[in-house]
Amino acid sequence: MAEKVLMKGNEAIGEAAIVAGCRHYFGYPITPQTELTEYMSRRMPKVDGVFLQAESEVAAINMVYGAAGAGARVMTSSSSPGISLKQEGISYIAGAELPCVIVNMMRGGPGLGSIQPAQGDYFQATKGGGHGDYHNIVLAPNSVQELVDITVLSFDLADQYRNPVMILGDGALGQMMEPAEFHSSNTGLVKKPWAAAGMRGRGKPNIINSLYLQPEALEQHNIHLQRKYALIKENEIRYEEIKTEDAELVLVAYGITSRIARSAMERARAEGMKVGMFRPISLWPFPEQQLAKSAENASALLTLELSAGQMIEDVRLSVGNIKPVHFYGRTGGMMPSPQEIYQEIVNIMNGKGGK
Amino acid sequence: MTEKLFARPKSLTDVSTHYCPGCHHGIIHRLIAEVIDELDVQDKTIGVAPVGCSVLCYDYFNFDMIEAAHGRAPATATGVKRVHPDAVVFSYQGDGDLAAIGTAEIVHAAARGEKITTVFVNNAIYGMTGGQMAPTTLVNQVTTTSPYGRNPNFTGMPIKMSEMLATLDGAKYIARVAVNNPVNMIKAKKAIKQAFEIQLNGLGFALVEVLSICPTNWGMSPLEAVEWMEKNMVPYYPLGVFKVPEEVAK
Repeated sequence: MAEKVLMKGNEAIGEAAIVAGCRHYFGYPITPQTELTEYMSRRMPKVDGVFLQAESEVAAINMVYGAAGAGARVMTSSSSPGISLKQEGISYIAGAELPCVIVNMMRGGPGLGSIQPAQGDYFQATKGGGHGDYHNIVLAPNSVQELVDITVLSFDLADQYRNPVMILGDGALGQMMEPAEFHSSNTGLVKKPWAAAGMRGRGKPNIINSLYLQPEALEQHNIHLQRKYALIKENEIRYEEIKTEDAELVLVAYGITSRIARSAMERARAEGMKVGMFRPISLWPFPEQQLAKSAENASALLTLELSAGQMIEDVRLSVGNIKPVHFYGRTGGMMPSPQEIYQEIVNIMNGKGGK
Repeated sequence: MTEKLFARPKSLTDVSTHYCPGCHHGIIHRLIAEVIDELDVQDKTIGVAPVGCSVLCYDYFNFDMIEAAHGRAPATATGVKRVHPDAVVFSYQGDGDLAAIGTAEIVHAAARGEKITTVFVNNAIYGMTGGQMAPTTLVNQVTTTSPYGRNPNFTGMPIKMSEMLATLDGAKYIARVAVNNPVNMIKAKKAIKQAFEIQLNGLGFALVEVLSICPTNWGMSPLEAVEWMEKNMVPYYPLGVFKVPEEVAK
């Protein structure tokens, strides 16, 4: 399927999952990602797949745990409050090393919050989220085409590392329509000899589990997980740099915010200000060294988020305390206009930057 | 020439269990293993273990197993069954797991008519954490969190899960059994077998509740515990088949 089709972000994720060979989807309705759940309910029966509307997000993620443990390519999706409910299951999935794809189309929080776009779940997504020492691979697209490509990639990475992959989008990405084309999975469906699929002549049971009652054994398991995370850090950093070579000010933004930031950056450039942009695509692993290098010659950075400041901690860890890292964010479902960001750029360039 | 009359079922591993003296889990494990062997489905069985005393049952069953989060075994089993509709999938759960934290999961698995089997072991107490009040703890029963006896004014009455689940259309077979004597063990095995046959015939959800003793946390000898169960649990949780498809009932 090489032709471009005009699709809503949420639906494009669904189609991309099917193209990637996902035939099991377990979900629960929540705004602003419900179109994805609805799309799967329409599409899965047409491709001999399974769509199941669970009784809760908790049940949905535990169905994912079962399906992943049984060897399937499987996905669930939700939005912020629903993702909080899934955290227990995600911890078990990470602990048992099962591959799956979890979509979070973020909305304003905390609590019930709002149904408008936000990026307030960055900490939850990138620092673990549930209990225990674990990491999801977290990918943050900024267009419908990238939602598609990253969805397909997510299934491959999940299988390759036997690790949950979270696609971190937001209400705006989910709702907007853009043309996209679909390319199939690189690895395709892989063999999973470890899955609990019934012994079927294997002779020895497979056990899917995250319980290690002996502390020595659990420590060994954690060491094994950390080795895997180190490997992921080495191999799976993704980012985009725009006009950073000569930039005095480097904007750092991901997802929908990077689209607005780019407009503001282009305007500032047109007016002769040396502004560039660094866009992390993998939020975990975070492109620490790449950002540090990208901002090597800059005198300041400006982190832009739809939050009160979460990714900025990783930005500061990346560049150290040698240059100022400014922040501008909106919360609650409010989006900054390109004009607002442009004004921040002007203020910093004039030496009047904010915090 | 000697004939072997009694052997360990193929579907049980050759290891000692961690269960307390007198505990019924061992008997119930064996009955399930015998049924799996008799139905000749060991090679396509996937069990889902709970959180509770039987959390380690994946070490005792000799087929593929998945250890679920507390209460979520029916959801996990649903995921497994939807991936492998030809497999035999069951959850093994205790009363805290199934009747408290996992109430939504068991009710909706039954309501969907999920083609899985659940073995529900009801011993009226939380065993693994050391004897706290369960949803199935009897009125006036003393536990570590009902030290003056369960008071229904504050905690309500014990939940009768089998009766409740039997009201759901998707639940095709619901029975309550006990393993307190050889006659009941034979009946229990028959019920467990029927519950698996319901699944094999694609009829829908099937559950067998097994009344069980917990001598350790009840603070009794195994014999006293069996007597206590017969005197107190059976009158409140009557044994019998609550729901059975006509073609199976015969």
